Amino acid sequence: MDSLQQRSSTVQEPPGAALAYRPTPPPAWQPRTDPAPLLPDAEPLRVLGTDAVADADPELLRRLYAELVRGRRYNAQATALTKQGRLAVYPSTTGQEACEVAAALALEERDWLFPSYRDTLAAVARGLDPVQALTLLRGDWHTGYDPHEHRIAPLCTPLATQLPHAVGLAHAARLKGDDVVALAMVGDGGTSEGDFHEALNFAAVWQAPVVFFVQNNGFAISVPLAKQTAAPSLAHKAVGYGMPGRLVDGNDAVAVHQVLTEAVTRARRGGGPTLVEAVTYRIDAHTNADDATRYRGDGEVETWRAHDPILLLERELTERGLLDEDGRREAAEAAETMAAALRERMNADPVLDPMDLFAHVYAERTAQLREQAEQLRAELDAESEAG
Amino acid sequence: MTTHATARPAAKAAAKPATMAQALQRAMRDAMAEDPTVHVLGEDVGTLGGVFRVTDGLAKEFGEDRCTDTPLAEAGILGTAVGMAMYGLRPVVEMQFDAFAYPAFEQLISHVSRMRNRTRGAMPMPIVVRVPYGGGIGGVEHHSDSSEAYYMATPGLHVVTPATVEDAYGLLRAAIASDDPVVFLEPKRLYWSKSDWSPEAPAAVEPIGKAVVRRRGTSATLITYGPSLPVCMEAAEAAQAEGWDLEVVDLRSLVPFDDETVAASVKRTGRAVVVHESAGFGGPGGEIAARVTERCFHHLEAPVLRVAGFDIPYPPPMLERHHLPGVDRVLDAVARLQWEAGS
Repeated sequence: MDSLQQRSSTVQEPPGAALAYRPTPPPAWQPRTDPAPLLPDAEPLRVLGTDAVADADPELLRRLYAELVRGRRYNAQATALTKQGRLAVYPSTTGQEACEVAAALALEERDWLFPSYRDTLAAVARGLDPVQALTLLRGDWHTGYDPHEHRIAPLCTPLATQLPHAVGLAHAARLKGDDVVALAMVGDGGTSEGDFHEALNFAAVWQAPVVFFVQNNGFAISVPLAKQTAAPSLAHKAVGYGMPGRLVDGNDAVAVHQVLTEAVTRARRGGGPTLVEAVTYRIDAHTNADDATRYRGDGEVETWRAHDPILLLERELTERGLLDEDGRREAAEAAETMAAALRERMNADPVLDPMDLFAHVYAERTAQLREQAEQLRAELDAESEAG
Repeated sequence: MTTHATARPAAKAAAKPATMAQALQRAMRDAMAEDPTVHVLGEDVGTLGGVFRVTDGLAKEFGEDRCTDTPLAEAGILGTAVGMAMYGLRPVVEMQFDAFAYPAFEQLISHVSRMRNRTRGAMPMPIVVRVPYGGGIGGVEHHSDSSEAYYMATPGLHVVTPATVEDAYGLLRAAIASDDPVVFLEPKRLYWSKSDWSPEAPAAVEPIGKAVVRRRGTSATLITYGPSLPVCMEAAEAAQAEGWDLEVVDLRSLVPFDDETVAASVKRTGRAVVVHESAGFGGPGGEIAARVTERCFHHLEAPVLRVAGFDIPYPPPMLERHHLPGVDRVLDAVARLQWEAGS
């Protein structure tokens, strides 16, 4: 007891008060960078409803609108396909379409997109065949497309592990002298993963041309953001790595497009990586297998419905005379055509060759895999003989 | 392996013995000189030349873009290597010490090993993961693990480990030339082993996946690899006094596994002992013994025995000699091969 009291009284004295010299700072220390320009704005950037929209290209605005409408329909169709058993699972981005579409449209053709499992819509908006984008979720093959064709990395199921891939690819491109940018997408939950940290750190140290795009939709399955992070915002995390953090209203398609385009341009010009946090909301459950009523109330969902990305853009374009009844109908019809085609193609059973199981494990089959392939071949032959 | 580098024409051999570390360094240097897409990255590989000096001089010769000191983060090192491979480079990453590779396991298992499969061959992963492994150098905790069973259990990876200076060069060249990911396990207690191999005239590069008979014998086969090869060679010499003429097979490649060479040897000798440092339970020896039994059952005069490290976390250095399989333990196993029914 005595020693405890002694210790606490020692602690209360000002450190070094009894010393005759003044301590000097550590000799090697110097600030590496000024944190102030890296800090995000206090409020998420909004463009809709401000004069800034007047500067935007009307063609881009109409394109964003059409893609949002198509994206909403895509989400609805894919969700319906889960109910028909055509998709094993679908993580919807209803309510987040502005982020998905802006991500795709902010990139040049030569750039690369690194989507998470939730970002099928970004891949489709970038030009990927909707059926090819869904093979992972349908279950006929993990990745239904050649990633090099549209420069879209495979949809990544483990959280944040695709972020270092984006860094490595962007770094390699720069070493080769190509002005290619990688845009890597992750959710709010993914920012807690170690790979998120390592990717941001590598990107900043290497000044790799990467844009990290966090869609903060409020929940990692059921866990709310408040239980995910104690940071002022996810965009603030950028400062610790020495890269700028940007905060944007994720339901304002024009703002998201603007922020991502600025970040992509900056990366392309050698300015290094940026972390963008889009504040948005997942209107649907995590997937069709999730019950969102267990962790959030209807009231919250309704306030976000009033802040719907399509409504916001539609209102703006209508007021500015860029969209009329014909334009709305045209967008809706195009979306319906896409949905009908998707439905029809997804209702056809995929033709699978079981021998594909051994086709792509190694460049050349090992003796062990040759044996196992022969075994399966024999089993298949016996099956077909038995009819 | 379809692609593998050809040997350089034999120059006048310098008589100075070379170490395994030098052979590995030479392999990377030659690969980098021949192929500008080969990049080396890892913690301390640049200016320092690696803590074992295996990458010594590469940054100076090829520049820091080709031999890169990365931040200290194994998942980041391997994760960025995946992206580099996606863009057409051939990364060779160093994990510094066996147990330091564990943070990179997710990248290795979830991405490196299956990217080819996931993309139906569109995205091969020509990555070499160099892992100095195993004990016997007095390393403190987390510096002496033998993790080969974890890697072997992951389809899509090749797992290779040299035991000689010549193989260190040849296998690493083959690994770098491979279009598939290779976990390249470097037995760190053999880094300073020497041979007359000449860096001026590197040995032929063989495809990955071939075991080799290091010593011919008639009474039993010792099946081994990496750091345990010298132990087995010594045991074979010692066993002669007991009237045992032992054959020694060096696997060199754990995946793919050379069933043919191993089974042919065991059919000749009728007896087999698998020797390795890593824990026996769930270890490589169980798999090897099963494969041998399946192929050689009617030729076997005794059960296939295993001599392995104990099933314990790697011990502190002052106790490691009790854990590591040594010559005596191998000889004891050989003695037990005088199997009689009911014994």
